[in-house]
Amino acid sequence: MTSWLLRRLMQALMVVTVVSMIVFAGVNVIGDPVEILISPEATQIEREQIITRLGLDQPIWKQYLAFVGNALQGNLGNSFVYNEPALDLVFSRLPATLELAFCAMLLGSLIGIPLGLFCGLYPDSKLSRLIMAGSILGFSLPTFWVGIIFIIVFSVHFGWLPSGGRGETVEFLGTRWSFLTLDGLQHLILPAINLALFKISMILRLTRAGTRETLSMDFIKFARAKGLKPRRIIGVHLMKSIMIPIVTVVGLEFGSVIAFAVVTESIFAWPGMGKLIIDSIYVLDRPVIVAYLIMIAVLFVVINLLVDVLYATLDPRVRVGGAA
Amino acid sequence: MTVSADTTVVAPEPAVPPAETTFQLLMREFLSSRLAILGLVVVVIFALAAILAPWLAPQNPYDLAQLNIMDSKMPPGSESMEGYRYWLGTDGQGRDMLSGILYGLRISLIVGAGSAVLACMFGASLGLLAGYVGGRIDAFIMRVVDLHLSFPTVLIALMILAVLGTGIMNVVIAIMVVEWAYYARTVRATAMVEREKEYVQAAECLVLPRRRILFRHLLPNCMPPLIVIATMQVARAISLEATLSFLGIGVPITEPSLGLLIANGYEHVLTGEYWISITPGVALLVLIVAINLVGDRLREILNPRNRT
Repeated sequence: MTSWLLRRLMQALMVVTVVSMIVFAGVNVIGDPVEILISPEATQIEREQIITRLGLDQPIWKQYLAFVGNALQGNLGNSFVYNEPALDLVFSRLPATLELAFCAMLLGSLIGIPLGLFCGLYPDSKLSRLIMAGSILGFSLPTFWVGIIFIIVFSVHFGWLPSGGRGETVEFLGTRWSFLTLDGLQHLILPAINLALFKISMILRLTRAGTRETLSMDFIKFARAKGLKPRRIIGVHLMKSIMIPIVTVVGLEFGSVIAFAVVTESIFAWPGMGKLIIDSIYVLDRPVIVAYLIMIAVLFVVINLLVDVLYATLDPRVRVGGAA
Repeated sequence: MTVSADTTVVAPEPAVPPAETTFQLLMREFLSSRLAILGLVVVVIFALAAILAPWLAPQNPYDLAQLNIMDSKMPPGSESMEGYRYWLGTDGQGRDMLSGILYGLRISLIVGAGSAVLACMFGASLGLLAGYVGGRIDAFIMRVVDLHLSFPTVLIALMILAVLGTGIMNVVIAIMVVEWAYYARTVRATAMVEREKEYVQAAECLVLPRRRILFRHLLPNCMPPLIVIATMQVARAISLEATLSFLGIGVPITEPSLGLLIANGYEHVLTGEYWISITPGVALLVLIVAINLVGDRLREILNPRNRT
C-alpha cells in the first residue's frame, strides 16, 4: 500500500508539473510575455526595468524555474485589473463556487437517488418511462441553454426569482455565504438547479441500474423469504449495496461540477471563480488566468488522488491490480 | 471504397441472406426505427440548409448594407417597412434571425464536424497503435488517456482557449484535443480483440508493413464502434462549441455560430425580447437531439450483442 501510494503521489506531482509547464509555455512562448506580465500603461523605461527585474532576458528554462520558485511561495503575480495578488483573488472567489457546487451536488443526490430508486423498482410504470425520457434531455441539453430558459421563465416571465448575483450574504467561518439568508437562497436556487440538472440525470440512471441489478440478487430474495418488510429491504439491504458506486461517482463528479460552474456562473452572474476566469480572459488579465488554471489543476489532481486512495481503502482488489 | 476489399476477404460465414449485402441489411435495420428516420431527415435538412445558406437565406446577415436598424428587435412574424416578413423576428441590429441562424448553422456544423474528424483521425490512430502493439506504448498512451479523461471537457477547452485566444481554428483545435481520448479508448478496446484474429496473423505472415496492417486490415474491422462514437461526438462537439462561444471565448463575433447568436440574444432576454435568444437555441437543440437519435440507432444496430 505504501509503495502504491508513493507511486500515485509521484504521478500526481508529475501531472501538476506538466500542467504548469504547459501554462507557462502558453503564456511565455505563444503569447508575448512582456505584453502579458507588464501593464500596457507602462512607459518604455519602466518596461526595460521590469524586463530585467522579472528576468525575461534569461533563458527559458531559468525563467521556468523562477516561475516555479515563485509559485511555490504562492506568488503568481498581481492582477492587472484588481491590482492584488492573483492567487489571493482566485482564493477569495473560491467559497462562492464551492457553495454553488455543493448545493448542486446536494440537489443532484436528493432528487436523483429517490427518482432512480423509483424507476428501478417500477421499471414498467408510465411515470418511470417519463422520468427516464426526461433524463435523456438532462444529458443532451446544453447547460447554458437551460439556464437562459430558467431566466426567461422564472425571472422575466413570472418574476419569481432573481436572475443573477448572490443576494444578501452572511459572514460565517471567516467568509460570506448566501445560503444562510432567505434572499441568498432565492439567488442560489436557479443556478444550483441549472448546474444540478446533468448530475440529477446521471445519479438517477446510476441508481436505477444499481437497483435493478441488486433486486435480483440472492440476499434480497433471502430477505424477502425471511418476511422482512419491503420498507426495510429497500431502505437497508438494497440501499447499502447500491450506495458504494453512487458515493464514489458523487465524489468524482464534484470536480466536474466546479468546472461546469464556469458556464452557470457566467449566466447567473454568480461571483465565483468561473466568472472570474471568463472575465479575466475578456480583459487579458493573464496573471489571474495562470493562477486559476494552476489552482484548478492542483484541485483536480487532489480530488483524483483522494478518490483513488478511497477506492483502494474500500476495495482491496484495486490495490492488487495496481501493484501488478 | 478500397477498405471493403479486406473486409470481404475476412468476413466469416455471412449470417445474412446472400441477396443482401451487409450494408443493405444495416440500412434496413436502421430504417425500421421511425425516430431514427426522423433524426436522419432532420440532420440532412439541417446540413443542406447550412450548405445552401447563401442561396436560401433571405438576407446576408454580414452585409451591413442589407440591414435596417429601424427593423431591430421585431418579434417573429412581423413585417418590415418594405413589406418583407421576418418569420423569426430580428435581433438588436435589425438582422433577420432566420438568415442569421442559417449562417450560424454553417459555422456550428463546420466546427462540429471538422473537430470530430480531426479528433477521430488522431485518436483512432493512437488507439490502433496502442491496441495492436501493446506493451509500453500501450501503457503510456492509455495512461495519458486516463489522465485526460479525468479532467472535465469544458476545463480542458478553457485552458487551451485561454492560451491560444479565440478564433474558429483555435476552437477546432481545442475541441479536437478534448475529444481524441474517447476515440483512442474505443478503438484500442476493439483493436485488442481484433489483433488476435486470423486475418491479422495472415497479414503478419505476409510481412506486410505495419502501417498497412493497422490502417487497411485492422481499422476497417474497428469501424462499427468508431462510427457510433463519431456520431455522438459530433453532437458533443457542436454543443461544446456553442457553450464556448456563448462564454465569449469561442468563435469571433464576425463569424457567429449558433452559440454566439444565443449569447447575443441573451442581452435582450431581461427586457423581454426573448426570441433573439430562443430561436437559435431551438435550432441548436433540434440539431443535437437529431444527431443523438441517429447515433443511438446506429449503436443499436452495430452492437453485435444486440444481433439476434
